Amino acid sequence: MSTRQLKEHEARECRTEQRSYVWGFALALVLTLIPFALVAFTGVERMTLWITIGVCALIQVVVHLRFFMHITFAKNKREDLLLILFTVLILVILCGGTLWILFDLYQRMMPGMML
Amino acid sequence: MSSRNVINLERTDRHIESRTRHPGLNLGAAHAEEEDTREEMVFGFWVFMMSDLIIFGLLFATYVTMLGGTAGGPGPKELFEMKSVFIETMLLLTSSFTFGMASLALKYREDKSRLVFWLVVTLLLGVGFLFFELKDFHTMFDKGGVPSRSGYLSAFFSLVPLHGLHVTGACIWLLALLGQMAVHGLDAPVKTGILRLAILWHFLDIVWIGIFSLVYLGGLS
Repeated sequence: MSTRQLKEHEARECRTEQRSYVWGFALALVLTLIPFALVAFTGVERMTLWITIGVCALIQVVVHLRFFMHITFAKNKREDLLLILFTVLILVILCGGTLWILFDLYQRMMPGMML
Repeated sequence: MSSRNVINLERTDRHIESRTRHPGLNLGAAHAEEEDTREEMVFGFWVFMMSDLIIFGLLFATYVTMLGGTAGGPGPKELFEMKSVFIETMLLLTSSFTFGMASLALKYREDKSRLVFWLVVTLLLGVGFLFFELKDFHTMFDKGGVPSRSGYLSAFFSLVPLHGLHVTGACIWLLALLGQMAVHGLDAPVKTGILRLAILWHFLDIVWIGIFSLVYLGGLS
């Protein structure tokens, strides 16, 4: 198979999409380096550190979904987004419920076991 | 400008954009063959990925509930090493990017060499990730961090190696696709395979964000 000759609009589209991947990679890199650097080199207070790590992780997930998986708010992509949102809903109910019940149990039955 | 012109413009735009709509990179009008099957299969794979996400989510929840259950055994601070986790993270993140480059090579150029090049780079990065992860587990075992030691370690070893197993599966799938491509060329099933594997690969990188943030950085801080 030989190299396909790109039409002008295709070449433009190709450059745009390439740039989108590079942007995604750069953003993900920054969002990875921030929490690693904070944990490795600074003595920030624990709670602040955890919140920062969590926020960076959430933003990075969105960056990956947007730039690598191409999931956007565009009309023709709604189904994928709806499926993610539904899965997240199920996860929030299941995980939130699990954590709620079990930590409640810990507190009632063996206080002092958790941090 | 009359309204008819506007409508015509819209039509051409939509034509260029191609009809398919599924997660991941859409191949567009130049790969029109079996577009409908491809849309169905890739979307179906996306549904499967989301159910996989629920498994990982629940294992994360189990891990968090087990954080205090070290039973006097080694905890995260004794077991984890920041350096190798950082290397693993970088390898997996870069592999996600190189897979993106492979997807673009598939979409815009039909010469196989560039596609194969990016796929092989991705495969090597994936194997490198697995190498460092296995090395990590080996160090943990040496420090007495075996799955049967405590509830905490059981939870750790059901979450993190499951992700590793997924990466192993993805690497084998990638090898199989390279073989298929060598025998049959870049035909429609191979293209669909690459699109689905791309979704799996990017998905595994997203799960890894959760693992390095919650398990490793959370444990080390």
